Amino acid sequence: MSVHMRSLREIADDVKGGRVAAVDVVRSALDVIEREDRGPNGLNAFITVDRSAAEACAAAADVKRDSEGETPLLGVPVAVKDNICTLDLPTTCASRILEGYRSPFEATVIRKLREAGAVVVGKTNLDEFAMGSSTENSAFGPTRNPFDRNRVPGGSSGGSAAAVAAGMVPAALGSETGGSVRQPASFCGVVGIKPTYGRVSRYGLVAFASSLDQIGTFGRTVEDAARLLEVISGHDPFDSTTANRPAPDLTSGLYDGVEGLVVGVPKEYFPAELDERLASLCREAIERLRAAGAVIREISLPHTHYAIPTYYILAPAEASSNLARFDGVHYGVRAPGAASTAAVYEESRSIGFGAEVKRRIMLGTYALSAGYHDQYYGRAQRVRALIARDFRRVFDDGVDVIFTPTTPTVAFRIGERIDDPYQMYLADIFTVTANLAGIPGISIPIGEVDGLPAGGQFLADRWDEATMVRAAAALERALKE
Amino acid sequence: MAVTREDVLHVAALARLRLQEDEVERFTHQLNDILSHMEVLGTLDLEGVEAIDAATEWVAPLRADEVAPDPLSVPPSELAPSWRDGFFTVPRLAALDVSELDEAFEDKAVAPSKGRAEPEELAGGGK
Repeated sequence: MSVHMRSLREIADDVKGGRVAAVDVVRSALDVIEREDRGPNGLNAFITVDRSAAEACAAAADVKRDSEGETPLLGVPVAVKDNICTLDLPTTCASRILEGYRSPFEATVIRKLREAGAVVVGKTNLDEFAMGSSTENSAFGPTRNPFDRNRVPGGSSGGSAAAVAAGMVPAALGSETGGSVRQPASFCGVVGIKPTYGRVSRYGLVAFASSLDQIGTFGRTVEDAARLLEVISGHDPFDSTTANRPAPDLTSGLYDGVEGLVVGVPKEYFPAELDERLASLCREAIERLRAAGAVIREISLPHTHYAIPTYYILAPAEASSNLARFDGVHYGVRAPGAASTAAVYEESRSIGFGAEVKRRIMLGTYALSAGYHDQYYGRAQRVRALIARDFRRVFDDGVDVIFTPTTPTVAFRIGERIDDPYQMYLADIFTVTANLAGIPGISIPIGEVDGLPAGGQFLADRWDEATMVRAAAALERALKE
Repeated sequence: MAVTREDVLHVAALARLRLQEDEVERFTHQLNDILSHMEVLGTLDLEGVEAIDAATEWVAPLRADEVAPDPLSVPPSELAPSWRDGFFTVPRLAALDVSELDEAFEDKAVAPSKGRAEPEELAGGGK
């Protein structure tokens, strides 16, 4: 196995112990990126890779080897979704409107990665401003799925998922608003975690829908994704929506098993139209959990059916407000020759934003406009409360974690859904509920359908990522046996 | 309840988007399609249900109100498409047409300021 694709713990231990140089680990990752990412059939997982900056950062990690501080990710190459602000590399959000933009500050998660000894090797492709489920809505072209290069990797964090799946990096950061880590993790056969809302600082994450956005992690194993999450978690004075709680310990009890754990299986996530082969993989996973000592309980989350309509009102509404700042005046692209200030706004936004971003701004502006606000936005906010209440009731009744499929299908073909927005939105049907309720979720590989990876999802109560990753690790082990 | 072409143009104006003709047509069709799927929300009885957002379950912690050093590594002047003398510059606002401005100043019995930049000069700034 390549020196850069072992577990995060092994890499950091070996760099710390002087058995391997961080520079060699990072070069090994960069070599795979160079080989796999470019060219007509390349994966296009990365928007920016800066070899010399990454090597310099790795050299700094090697110097840190003898320092006293905690460096749990020493020398670990990490890829970062390109809507997270970095000082050394541009931040594009895969949008023309940020052409030439370089952030004047770095995200808190980037600072934490750096302090832990990790090396950011590049910025990964995404749907423009994280709006999409396929990574096709990118000004830099679509990312391809490593399992079948004619298929999408999922989205919006498709570049990060593909980079881990293709063996370019052992771990990556993504962001979620409605499933943008878990859904591509599922399509690419890797592990993706969306933490509790408020667990990880959003400072330096370019805002899409602020009440839903949360940075998440990718890894090849539950342990790696959990370890990365430990590093980036915790209260941040720069983000008042982070909770004042210490970063959780997710790894010391990771392999304690599921004996006696109550696993809820919601019937609403197994509709009749769900692909039978996917449903069968889920049933098999549930039997493995039962065999490992878990108590399986059928549950109901009755408002699940309303989650997609609720989400696709609230998220665009918040987006329409958040994206007002891209106006051609303060930073980014300005349309040349505009004759008035209003024309600067209109023309810059019209040439700078792609079709899906415009569509969501239009949808959100409509839902917030006079005469429709109560009917759409106001109503959706209240339905959101019902969806959160469904989860509250189940967890209060003694359910520890919930198990569902992550997605209703495996990866679809590039171009297949791009002209039918609502079909595309349905790719998020099993993931948006966690964002609406603010609870954590994880997707892990549970098998394959026609040679394409399928994902299973665990959801847990707020702040209980530890139980969630423990259940996921137990299933991961059971499926390997 | 259908979204009309006029609705789309109105919303685009609110959102500061200038749409091409084909976009107007496409968005009219697509917004109608998407919103038709939202109508299911109207079937729910929401009597007594309070709205929430994800951040409301705890109170944001307070901190001392102290001014910290500017965390920006480069000043806004290096990011802005057009900047001069500490200001973001844009083409002259139509509402600030010279004659209207002079009238406004006369109303308040204040002399018109001298050395106001000409429109071309302001619009032409930049790095």
